[in-house]
Amino acid sequence: MKISIIGVQGDVEEHVLITRKAMEKLGLDGKVIATRKLDQLFGSDGVIIPGGESTTISKLIWKDGMAEEIIRMAEEEKPIMGTCAGMILLAKHGDEQVEKTKTRLLKLLDVKIRRNAFGRQRESFEVELDVKGIGRFNAIFIRAPAIEWAGDDVEVLARFEEKIVGVRQKNLIGLAFHPELTGDTRIHEFFLSLI
Amino acid sequence: MEMEKLRFGTELVKRGFAKMQKGGVIMDVTTADQAVIAEEAGAVAVMALHKVPADIRASGGVARMADPRIINEIMDAVTIPVMAKVRIGHYSEARALEALGVDMIDESEVLTPADPFYHIDKRKFTVPFVCGARSLGEAVRRIWEGCAMIRTKGEAGTGNVVEAVRHMRMMNFAIDKIKEMDDERLYSLAEVYSKAYLRLPEKIKSEFGEDIAFSKEEIVFEEYTLGEVVEGIFEVLKEVRELGRLPVVNFAAGGVATPADAAFMMMLGADGVFVGSGIFKSSNPEAYARAIVQAVEHYDEPEVVAEVSRGLGEPMKGLDVSDLEIQMQERGV
Repeated sequence: MKISIIGVQGDVEEHVLITRKAMEKLGLDGKVIATRKLDQLFGSDGVIIPGGESTTISKLIWKDGMAEEIIRMAEEEKPIMGTCAGMILLAKHGDEQVEKTKTRLLKLLDVKIRRNAFGRQRESFEVELDVKGIGRFNAIFIRAPAIEWAGDDVEVLARFEEKIVGVRQKNLIGLAFHPELTGDTRIHEFFLSLI
Repeated sequence: MEMEKLRFGTELVKRGFAKMQKGGVIMDVTTADQAVIAEEAGAVAVMALHKVPADIRASGGVARMADPRIINEIMDAVTIPVMAKVRIGHYSEARALEALGVDMIDESEVLTPADPFYHIDKRKFTVPFVCGARSLGEAVRRIWEGCAMIRTKGEAGTGNVVEAVRHMRMMNFAIDKIKEMDDERLYSLAEVYSKAYLRLPEKIKSEFGEDIAFSKEEIVFEEYTLGEVVEGIFEVLKEVRELGRLPVVNFAAGGVATPADAAFMMMLGADGVFVGSGIFKSSNPEAYARAIVQAVEHYDEPEVVAEVSRGLGEPMKGLDVSDLEIQMQERGV
């Protein structure tokens, strides 16, 4: 098994470490790599797009063919998870901030996202949430986006104050928060179980 | 359903914010137009200033927090995080920036220090801080004070990378050394590092004609006793020893002027790069900004660094550090 963490910018290392830990817990054999190059992405069984700045990550993945490869893998129904900025990039529809910055999305997840939906860093927070299929989870929101609406094929995994903050659409998972910043491997274990 | 308990400004939220900046370039900007250029080039954040360090150096006088009007204009112009600088130890400037809603505060030696004895106790803020450090001791003290991100001090406004390299190398070498230390040796080091908090109390004791020895119960900084400071520093040092790196993100700053400078700092282990005067003091800011972003992402691919450096035009002029009247790095240790 090979899991690739898109490593152009953001909290890449945190995803690498927690995915390795999740693999170990599940007794799975495999490797987790951080990749900044298209050829390293080939042959992956799953991909994670980390948190970071969506404007920056978007520019870099569209520059050297990584974006097209992620889309191709999604079509092959390989699991792809995006956290925070990663979820923004997975979305089909952006908000005015996405438009204004001409951020190119992957257009895979049938949702409309709203960037910085809870405010700036000062308004960022941690909270215990109920995540469907997982249970109580300490969710860390950092200048986090939210989902304004989701299509019929999209299953809502978590809400906070009426806002959708976690979704699944078959092989795709989008989270507005950062499970990789906690020591809790349950969401990454769930991701690995989709392979 | 029970009301969910929200926790703002926790260590995870503050350090997490800094982690989202990893692998990125944070650019100094002085106008909304410059901020948009930075965002379009792929900057992960901008630092809002009224003058870039090279101009602060040239104009002399006291350098203070930027005009909130400039900061607000920049915050309105871009969607990426906006940081701004306060003078070392200046709680009111920091509270003002927090009230404005900036995403991170740089308690910076680039501005004229406000407090000759202490830095801000950053744990008391919801907004995260970044601080400069030349050495492991400075970094560990800032982290104990609640700093969520460290950057090398380098020598700002010079366009000369030598001091940033010096500081990164000193940090890395010291971290390698402490990996071999047992608890006892590490605790003695914590005691050495804690001495920086005694500057004010020592001054008063000597003015009183008292013996300069300190007991662990004496309050030396804010509400903390010397014993608490030493214990706190010891805990941070243990974390550094266990992780083999600082427990917070560590960026390069202070003299990075070219794509190759940025790539070199990444090779030395920086988590990302601040570029101050290097972009908007160059002959072609858009091209420099884009090239430095590319060089940071592909720092280990020399052909990419070569390609993005091609035909960029003149970098900022730069200064030899030995010719400087003021070394900003000497401020706030």
